[in-house]
Amino acid sequence: MWKTIIRRILIMIPQLFVLSLLIFIMAKQMPGDPFTGMITPETDPARVEELREKAGLNDPWYEQYVNWIVNAAQGDLGKSYTYKIQVSTLIGERALNTFWLSLVSVILLYLIAIPLGVLAGRYQETFLDKIVVLYSFVTYAIPTFVLALIFLFLFGYQLHWFPTVGSVDIKYDPGTFGYLWSKLYHMLLPAITTALLGTTSVIQYLRSEVIDAKSLDYVRTARSKGIPVSKVYSRHIFRNSLLPIAAFLGFTITGLLGGSIFIETIFGYPGMGQLFISSLSSRDYSVITALVMLYGFLALLGSLLSDIIMSIVDPRIRIE
Amino acid sequence: MVKEATVNGKKVETNSPPTGMQVIFREFSKDKLAMFSLISLVVVIIGVFIWAWFIDQETLMRVSLRDKYAAPGEKFFLGADQGGKDILGQLVIGAKNSIRIAIAITLITGVFGIIVGLVCGYFGGWIDNMFMRIIDFFITIPSLMIIIVFVTIVPKYTVNTFILIMSLFLWTSTARLVRSKALSESRRDYVNASKTMGTPGILIIFKEIMPNLSSILIVELTLNFAGNVGIETGLSYLGFGLPPQTPSLGTLISYANNPLVLQDKWWVWLPASIFILLMMLGINYVGQALRRSADAKQRLG
Repeated sequence: MWKTIIRRILIMIPQLFVLSLLIFIMAKQMPGDPFTGMITPETDPARVEELREKAGLNDPWYEQYVNWIVNAAQGDLGKSYTYKIQVSTLIGERALNTFWLSLVSVILLYLIAIPLGVLAGRYQETFLDKIVVLYSFVTYAIPTFVLALIFLFLFGYQLHWFPTVGSVDIKYDPGTFGYLWSKLYHMLLPAITTALLGTTSVIQYLRSEVIDAKSLDYVRTARSKGIPVSKVYSRHIFRNSLLPIAAFLGFTITGLLGGSIFIETIFGYPGMGQLFISSLSSRDYSVITALVMLYGFLALLGSLLSDIIMSIVDPRIRIE
Repeated sequence: MVKEATVNGKKVETNSPPTGMQVIFREFSKDKLAMFSLISLVVVIIGVFIWAWFIDQETLMRVSLRDKYAAPGEKFFLGADQGGKDILGQLVIGAKNSIRIAIAITLITGVFGIIVGLVCGYFGGWIDNMFMRIIDFFITIPSLMIIIVFVTIVPKYTVNTFILIMSLFLWTSTARLVRSKALSESRRDYVNASKTMGTPGILIIFKEIMPNLSSILIVELTLNFAGNVGIETGLSYLGFGLPPQTPSLGTLISYANNPLVLQDKWWVWLPASIFILLMMLGINYVGQALRRSADAKQRLG
């Protein structure tokens, strides 16, 4: 078991290295450096040059790369030009918002997908099954930003059921119950949109898993012992089908991160995805570089998590 | 399938299982909705291209402040945008651009992905290992973000650069799928027989293995096409897609970033959204029907 995990982590290291190199090269291609924003007509060019020298911007690129990596590993990602605060502080706040939004989305996603998948598999070829299959097809085909906009228009602006922007109502003080409720309320519409769009793979997997399990020996044994049908489904089949679903968790998180760019921009939710887009418009390159690196790291972590869960759940795929 | 053959000068009827296009045709004639989607998609795509040919972009893009946010009516069938430009005309031009670019990306990534997949699957060994490591890397990185960053830092950004950037990141899934299919196909008897007869590897790959994978390739390309329309319009929506002088469906929808437009001027963004929605549903439905016909177990007819 541990062998598999360590092996998997060892594979991750070169991937991280190549990713960081790619991002470093991209960052170097971006125009400007941390001192461009400070230059005013009164600035002495020699002084700027001195600062550049001091910050190591005139060193050979491999030295700069090593410095950048060492600083990043210590949490020093530079300063944001627009917000004038440390990038790590800025991202920290936003990351928390994105984390809560993702958590609510994942919970809703599984709350929708698991019952639908099991029911569709149990009542295969009935009207209910056809509706679920249609639903999972439609949500698979719709692009995220189209559904998000339509939902915002319909439920936010037309019906006024949900707030249309922000992550919390400013009239509440942090720590109170109203504050928490307001936070959750702001998260709900983006989370529902994300959850609806992400259910397809879980539903399809669970449905075919349940259909396959129906004709297996252990189900027939359970039935012949006299266990009622509903109990066979809820105890025997459900448990066996659920374990592989857990393995999707890592990939689901990775997928959510990609979708968060659209969802957060459209719903005006101050998370990392929205920060990424707004930093691009203001050309805040140190923030952009840090965010791409962080997303890349989280994506690698997600696939690592999936592989580990998968190898715990299904011993057949453990690598020797 | 009843066929007539001549044996010893006499005509005999023979039965052979349906192949290739016949299977696809039978599947579509069984599934009326898929047939309808396919026909309407073809009609819409050809229609958009012909219509766009008749639209004069200069007149279309002329700003006329008098018509700012004109509601749908006699002068403009679908109203006008912030600059008093006809939405319907922009919709047609945008659809044409989006479809054309999605087709270009699908073809580039398709050709590259299929070649890499076939070569890796057939030869295996170090070529396979090398490409699989590259593909693993591409699959784990946040490609959407990196595409966006690329788009912002590339100098002299044009439609062609955009197509190349997108293709660079999107060929991997096709390559992976084709590789796994080619791997199992290259262990079949007919491939071994061909090898013993001394057929060169390149010929086996492209004349023998590829035709046997053709149905899977068609499905993959169709679904990729749908995916590429989605990614391109999404990026254009965010403002990191096609350059401003080439309007896309996404550009039209991005007017909705202004809450006032989103709330009160639905005719600016809703038609393009619905167009994308219907087009995606159509392409994906056709793709699913094709997938069913590629898999003997799932066929309807």
